[in-house]
Amino acid sequence: MTQATYQPAFMTGDEFSIPTFSVLNHDGDIYPDAQSPDLPRDKARHIYHAMLATRILDERMMAAQRQGRLSFYMQCTGEEASVIGATAALDDADMIMAQYREQGALMYRGFSFDEFMNQLFGNQLDYGKGRQMPVHYGSRKLHYMTISSPLATQIPQAAGYAYGQKLAGEGHCTLTFFGEGAASEGDFHAALNMASVHEVPVIFFCRNNGYAISTPAVEQFAADGIAPRAFGYRMHVIRVDGNDVLAVYEATRLAREMAVKDNKPVLIEAMTYRLAAHSSSDDPSGYRSKDEEEIWRLKDPILRMRKWLEQQNWWSEDEETDTQESLRREVLDTMKRAEKRPSPELDTLITDVYAEVTPALQRQYDALKAHIRCYPDAYPKGAQALGLKGDQQHKTGEQ
Amino acid sequence: MPTMNMLQAINNALDIAMAEDDKVLCFGEDVGVFGGVFRATSHLQEKYGKARCFNTPLVEQGIIGFANGLAAQGSVPVAEIQFADYIFPAFDQIVNETAKYRYRSGDLFNVGGLTIRTPYGGGIHGGLYHSQSPEAYFTHTPGLKVVVPRDPYQAKGLLLAAIRDPDPVIFFEPKRLYRASVGEVPEEDYQLPIGEAEIIKQGSDITVVGWGAQMEVIGKAVELAEEAGIACEVIDLRSLLPWDVETVADSVFKTGRLVVTHEAPLTGGFAGEITAAIQERCFLYLESPIARVTGMDTPFPLALEKEYFPDHLKIFAAIQHSVNF
Repeated sequence: MTQATYQPAFMTGDEFSIPTFSVLNHDGDIYPDAQSPDLPRDKARHIYHAMLATRILDERMMAAQRQGRLSFYMQCTGEEASVIGATAALDDADMIMAQYREQGALMYRGFSFDEFMNQLFGNQLDYGKGRQMPVHYGSRKLHYMTISSPLATQIPQAAGYAYGQKLAGEGHCTLTFFGEGAASEGDFHAALNMASVHEVPVIFFCRNNGYAISTPAVEQFAADGIAPRAFGYRMHVIRVDGNDVLAVYEATRLAREMAVKDNKPVLIEAMTYRLAAHSSSDDPSGYRSKDEEEIWRLKDPILRMRKWLEQQNWWSEDEETDTQESLRREVLDTMKRAEKRPSPELDTLITDVYAEVTPALQRQYDALKAHIRCYPDAYPKGAQALGLKGDQQHKTGEQ
Repeated sequence: MPTMNMLQAINNALDIAMAEDDKVLCFGEDVGVFGGVFRATSHLQEKYGKARCFNTPLVEQGIIGFANGLAAQGSVPVAEIQFADYIFPAFDQIVNETAKYRYRSGDLFNVGGLTIRTPYGGGIHGGLYHSQSPEAYFTHTPGLKVVVPRDPYQAKGLLLAAIRDPDPVIFFEPKRLYRASVGEVPEEDYQLPIGEAEIIKQGSDITVVGWGAQMEVIGKAVELAEEAGIACEVIDLRSLLPWDVETVADSVFKTGRLVVTHEAPLTGGFAGEITAAIQERCFLYLESPIARVTGMDTPFPLALEKEYFPDHLKIFAAIQHSVNF
């Protein structure tokens, strides 16, 4: 029963204020009232290595896009602690359903540079068979759902996936990443409401990085961020400092416990900053100041974790230099390899639309092959796949 | 063989599918203890428990998003959208997600287990939002299968096929016939093929093609035509995507004439696709222009439903016009 009142007292939600959970300060010290989570040395180093590898991959591939070697790119830069800290708190067999800026999660789970590059270049070894734009990764063996461009569609899917996990009873959950812009979509509301009503083991992880392309958070929502929305669904919620890997790790670890043990969905809002442009098609200087970016550069999550690791004597200046150098070299070598790999076979145009190729599609494919045979120079990738052109001509066509 | 109406046949198909496979789940608005606003899911919750047959909040994009996730996980969701008129909030989940899941992931993931059931069509004084036939929006989407049964026997066999099909299927149920169409339906498990049309009646003068509830209307028109001495070949397409162009073309090779009819508006309707394809295949055999008898290019009206409707007289007139061309 709701409580009766005899005065017309309107409420706005300003009565509640959701604090930000922090563990590590900017100098890499544990706050006096905070407790360091139980994070063993090897795991901490694994997290840091994934953060560094993600940063280096992003920087190199954005440069490759600028050189015209890649059609498109998006960086995770500034948000590595949010993405990788959360992933580290999961079981490796928990499903991750991400938006598109979460390559760090794959990095943590062991996706190789080769696997990243094959997708970015859409070559014959890409699991997605070269069909999707760059950074739309997926990995079945690493329980990472293939990315799609439409925003927020993965959020109700995560609730459904988690419902299936609950019925299967194997103790797994789903974590879905999304940005604060995507949280304005109707699918966000649908997902939180359904997850709460049906008590599914899902973690909704919002990366609130201040911008959705050029739209600042103040034009995205009027309330205190995304976290208070959980109240409307009677869902557990926590806000964390998204640049503090220890806070993100600990919050996600506890959320996972609630999700898996009690089938309670949880919302986590990680406050962070998108240090890079939205994508290779965006120039942030048109809508935000260098000064603002500079403030956040000082809060770099990688720098903060490194200071903490060094204080534990778990990391050193020399290791940093060596690791950076070897990662850069590996990224470059892998890129050169991936660029040279041939395009997917021509018949990948029509496979996987359905489980079996339909007669109608087969007819269209046969017509295409006949057409390419008439004009092989106009379709170098197709001609190559049909064996009508030599390797040299193929490379010309690639450029 | 027992006699069932279409709802009983659908309910029976769901019952068989759920009994056979624990992974089959039925959900949507009011499908739980109430058994659905049309009673298609009657007694399923009672029999299989709340975890496998349940109500969802009132949110179509959520229902299909949730269903996509379940199917990707390996479950076999049968999601209900209460009226086809209300499927549009889920359009993005269906068109951008359901249809593209397997292709975009290179077959790493798929939602092939998914079936979306939804009542469609006019003739029940439903006005704008309880009458629509939105099939053509979906036939324009590679990756989906679109199936429409015409009677209880077809409904059971095609729904069982849809649930077990390795691809996602939208199953449009002609709600005007839910209780009106009654027939013998085997109690046992059987399936009818998806992607295959059925020649219901042989004829030599003209081919008449339709699907779903329109087959009953075609039946009446064909009776009038037969009385006028015109032998019609009647084809139920049953499956619109993929559709059986061979069966229709073979028929038109024989008759030289074609009438296609559907309730949905003319412009952009699926009859346009059939017309174009048959014109390409049968150009030298056609003895008259292919006729389309459809709803008008208006929203579906309430008071003038009878005038709007592609009824048997309009189909009969088109048959006569074609034969006399």
